[in-house]
Amino acid sequence: MSLPQTVRIRQIREDTHTIRTLVLEAEVPEAKPGQFVMIWLPGLDEKPMSIAHPTPLTVTVASVGPFTMKLHQKKVGDTIGWRGPYGRGFSLREDVPALLLGGGCGVGPMRFLATHAVERGVPTTVAIGARTGSELACMGDFEALGVNLILTTDNGSRGHQGYVTQAIEIFAARNSEFAVYACGPEPMLVAIHRVCREREIPGQLSLERYMKCGFGICGQCALDGFLVCQDGPVFGVEQLDGLRDFGQARRTATGRRLPLRNG
Amino acid sequence: MSTHSSVDLSTTLCGVRLPNLTVLASGVLGLSHEIMARVARSGAGAVTTKSCSVKPRPGYHNPTILQWKGGLINAVGLSNPGVEVMVEEVRAAKECLAPLGVPLIASIFADTIYDFGTAARFISEAEPDLVEVNISCPNVDAEYLQMFAADPYVAAQVTHRVKLNTDIPVLVKLSPNVTDVVEIAQAVVEAGADGITAINSLGPGIILDIETCRPVLAHGTGGVSGPAMRPIAVRCVRDICRAVDVPVLALGGVTSGRDAIEMILVGAAAVGIGSAVAYRGMAVFRQVCDEVEAYMESHGYTNLEQLRGKALEFF
Repeated sequence: MSLPQTVRIRQIREDTHTIRTLVLEAEVPEAKPGQFVMIWLPGLDEKPMSIAHPTPLTVTVASVGPFTMKLHQKKVGDTIGWRGPYGRGFSLREDVPALLLGGGCGVGPMRFLATHAVERGVPTTVAIGARTGSELACMGDFEALGVNLILTTDNGSRGHQGYVTQAIEIFAARNSEFAVYACGPEPMLVAIHRVCREREIPGQLSLERYMKCGFGICGQCALDGFLVCQDGPVFGVEQLDGLRDFGQARRTATGRRLPLRNG
Repeated sequence: MSTHSSVDLSTTLCGVRLPNLTVLASGVLGLSHEIMARVARSGAGAVTTKSCSVKPRPGYHNPTILQWKGGLINAVGLSNPGVEVMVEEVRAAKECLAPLGVPLIASIFADTIYDFGTAARFISEAEPDLVEVNISCPNVDAEYLQMFAADPYVAAQVTHRVKLNTDIPVLVKLSPNVTDVVEIAQAVVEAGADGITAINSLGPGIILDIETCRPVLAHGTGGVSGPAMRPIAVRCVRDICRAVDVPVLALGGVTSGRDAIEMILVGAAAVGIGSAVAYRGMAVFRQVCDEVEAYMESHGYTNLEQLRGKALEFF
């Protein structure tokens, strides 16, 4: 079950100049929104990626380093490996409207969650944030789902000017009760955490850490006393209160704790 | 563990008391003090850190640890943040574990006999309850020519060097991948080992991805652990317990109470659990204890001493 399966890439979509969506010749019907797979480039490395769609298996990937750069160079028909699904995903609240916040390639798991929420009849709004309008990814996927869309850009070139966290304020002006679900760069999640706690809004955030095994044995993804691969990657905002590592530190391949690179 | 049970699961390893027989094996979860504390709170009778070396090592690229039908296969490459960082984790972990009465075992390795001594001296500053000397990782022989555990003379030299550099009781971790594990066990005991940890993972082995014709591990080969290795581990532990008088921390594929009892029956003092964390999570320690306790209760045993080595007369 847990050896990587190598499969062909069925389809590649260029979302922005740094983000691509890859559709694989694989089906993961048991996957839940927020869960991840380990993506393997034979001969290079293997990294955790949140699932953007389970059937067929789809991941949305930002080019941020040597591994993702190589993944972006892959062509339709090339072979890559995957194993999973792993981790604890989102637990959708069906009694209140859902506000989904995606930053960068964090829109990937938000697409999976939005699909699920729409199927369950939960009123769903998706907020996508980026630095500029041309960096807003996967808007078409959400438009096709028929969800409400809020766009924010740092420079105001499209949608509201400001950070995606502002979508919470915009949304709160129209809705008295709702739940927040988010994935994106950790500074964004820290900001969302703060807003959720101040306003007593229930929230779930999907985090990322360096991983080796993905199934709770290597301890490499430790976030304080949590294992991101098993206790997460999705955490309730209350679980993240007062953590030493949240927004602050990550572990490298040696296992050393280092300050989180912001941005 | 029920408090009103008449069964005593405690044991002693080189003079150190363990509240129960289960020990977190080295290489699993033992990187940060918070997680080690959580393992202790989950019911482990002792916790072993991930092996550390004098200098940090990033290890091999992923995939490094994979599950297959028979267990796990891994070639992590002894990644660790180096002893200077680990000494702080050990210190912090000890602070968390001491109130629980759970001892901490600090695992070290090195690429020279001399550096084993250096690592032992550094890590001892944090006052772990035991020092485990990993001379048996199957994944680094290409770097180090061969495992230190493969040669009785070299294994004894490492043991001697470590003993010169620490006053803390020393466990030497042996490999099954040798012609005669007894010869190595005798050599390290003669050199001063206070106890033996047996065994490290088996192999190395190979699993291929037949679509790409490549090995699934980035390193190509890796140590085999989990249920697939258990019968071999039990045999090694039996051989060692018959041959030497020091306590043996037995491990290799133990996932349940019955597996742990098997290790005690061939003479083990305590039982390590590693790969089984992948199957049963951190709850495995309490589950194994409950299963051992149920067996002992139903068979009229009240302590582990009554079981220890009971199978040896049948060989």
